[in-house]
Amino acid sequence: MRNQAEKKTSIRDLSDRELFYGHKACPGCGGSLALRLALKVLGERSYAVVPAGCMSAVGFIFPQMAFGCNAIISTFAGTASMLSGVAAGARALGIKDFHAVGFAGDGGTADIGIQALSGAIDRHDKIIYICYDNEAYMNTGVQKSGLTPIGARTTTSPVGQRLRGSVNRKKPMFEIVAAHGIDYAATASVGYPLDYLRKLEHARHVEGTSYIHVFSPCPVGWGYETADTIAVAKNAVDCGLWYLAEFSEGRFALNHNPAELTSVRDYLMGQSRFRHLQEEDINAILAQREAFWTRIHREWRV
Amino acid sequence: MVEKRAFISGNEAVAAGVCLARPHVIAAYPITPQTTVIERLAEMVEDESLRAEYLHVESEHSALSACIGASAVGARTFTATSSQGLLYMAECLHYASGGRFPVVMMNANRSVALPWNIYGDQRDSLSLLDCGWIQAYAEDAQESLDMILHAYAIAEHPDVLTPMMINLDGFVITHTYELVTIPAQSDADLFLAPFQTSNKMDFDSPMSLGFTAGPAYNQAFKQLQHLAMLSASRVIREVEEKFGQLFKRNYSGLLETLYCDDAEYIIVTLGSVAGTLRPVIERLRALGERVGLVRIRYMRPFPLEEIRKALAGAKAVGVLEKDISFGFEGTVYTNVNSALMSANLMRPRLRNFIGGLGGKNISAQDVEMMFSRLKSSDEGERVEFI
Repeated sequence: MRNQAEKKTSIRDLSDRELFYGHKACPGCGGSLALRLALKVLGERSYAVVPAGCMSAVGFIFPQMAFGCNAIISTFAGTASMLSGVAAGARALGIKDFHAVGFAGDGGTADIGIQALSGAIDRHDKIIYICYDNEAYMNTGVQKSGLTPIGARTTTSPVGQRLRGSVNRKKPMFEIVAAHGIDYAATASVGYPLDYLRKLEHARHVEGTSYIHVFSPCPVGWGYETADTIAVAKNAVDCGLWYLAEFSEGRFALNHNPAELTSVRDYLMGQSRFRHLQEEDINAILAQREAFWTRIHREWRV
Repeated sequence: MVEKRAFISGNEAVAAGVCLARPHVIAAYPITPQTTVIERLAEMVEDESLRAEYLHVESEHSALSACIGASAVGARTFTATSSQGLLYMAECLHYASGGRFPVVMMNANRSVALPWNIYGDQRDSLSLLDCGWIQAYAEDAQESLDMILHAYAIAEHPDVLTPMMINLDGFVITHTYELVTIPAQSDADLFLAPFQTSNKMDFDSPMSLGFTAGPAYNQAFKQLQHLAMLSASRVIREVEEKFGQLFKRNYSGLLETLYCDDAEYIIVTLGSVAGTLRPVIERLRALGERVGLVRIRYMRPFPLEEIRKALAGAKAVGVLEKDISFGFEGTVYTNVNSALMSANLMRPRLRNFIGGLGGKNISAQDVEMMFSRLKSSDEGERVEFI
């Protein structure tokens, strides 16, 4: 599973150099943490491509630029296609030893950007695509995306007489990219930073397309205290509504297999976006969790 | 290496021109009638007569997005599209010009759905006149090839740094075979220097590009963009002069005139239909009629002074164009009219002829009819479909 060249990553090995710093992200922002950690692993010879969304909105306000490495905002739909162009251009110019890395949100990835992402994976372009998933269009004010989980209240999936939040399930992006035969894909969570760092380190060495889907809670959109981002990100994995896995050389592997999943109810009730959920809703989510874990235990390497 | 003569289509001439320009990255998505450009380029990359990265992208939006990304690291890029494809990349058109990425693109002018139609008119590109690209319109295959070489020199000029779109009438130019002179690579290299820019992501001095600029700064960037486009007028003349010295093919800047020195009745148009007008004008001149032609070669930057000068002595002017801004008039007419209105000149009578939509034929008889309309003092319809 791991590349031979890959070294064991620890917090101590991480660079002190900040390559995403001085930005205007909200306190407790999971997405900005995902970016910051990724650039510490990928380093200064990175071209960061960031589409319209939270991270471009907080990181590129002329004349105050937050990126210490080369960076560019892409069109909303164009993260992966611009990454392909950056990588092809650098390759054609003979530039060596670089990373073309994208940081797109859940909407930018699973909705408007999925076509370009699909094309880049199909071409096996040597790019690293990181989806920081905060489960809604946060930059525009918490509208529902294709990765908003079922039952979540957003400003476009309201809670009322007929609806109790989002009626759609989260698109399985990890499995969607894997179905393309992608060179490397992984899920991660900012609540499990060592796992995330190891996956970034792995992606550095992949000859082809890497996709890392990092679960990145948003206190503003989800309704929890700003100090709790890491705890929420960890709880999501511990309760089994998110998972840490990899897809490499055509095989799925679960990297973290909790002996016992923690309370889904506690996870949901800790966030105001879920507090309206009724018993039957929670039971439905539990049933989905059960079906998912049964399937991956059966089909993936554990 | 010496130049050679080849019997090729407009699209193949474009591909030959692109090959001579040595782009680093080509990203394209197929659409009729652009396809043979990207087919020829794919073959050139395959047989290594062209050393470039060829990206098979999944849409026109991605084609231009990839070109912007490549340009942002300092690579020379090319894409080609048409009609629906051009509209699909519309967001990226503004993006490329606003970011000052000198992408060069061929557009095969084609009608826009609905109704569906694959034949030539200019509604696709003219509806995007304000997207900040230099817009050129070729008349034949040779000019198409030459304009590609001009395009890189113009777009990449440090005073310009603006993307450029070369428009070829769908099928009439793209698919018509003509005898074309293909310059020698060594001469093309003399003419066109490698792309150099400071507007790129560079590991020696990292930059943030494509950034946000709020109300305090935004207009200043847009003003610079406008000034750069205006500078292109001068650069186009310089580039064509250098080209003429090297290749002995001379072009006339933003527009071309025929008999405008003494013409009383002039038709202003653009693209391949000028080829229909020329023999009619020669015939009418032989009969003693003082008729003339203005062929606009560049819609942006617009040939403001050149139009005023060319039309200064005319009694009546007809603007013939393959587009319509519904509920108003043709876009070329609006531009020509504005150029004349803002000058303190004796203003000729102006008429707007809309023709060729969806490939509708414009015949020699139609041209004669238009001149006879111009000669008639009857005001008639301001906008007339022919």
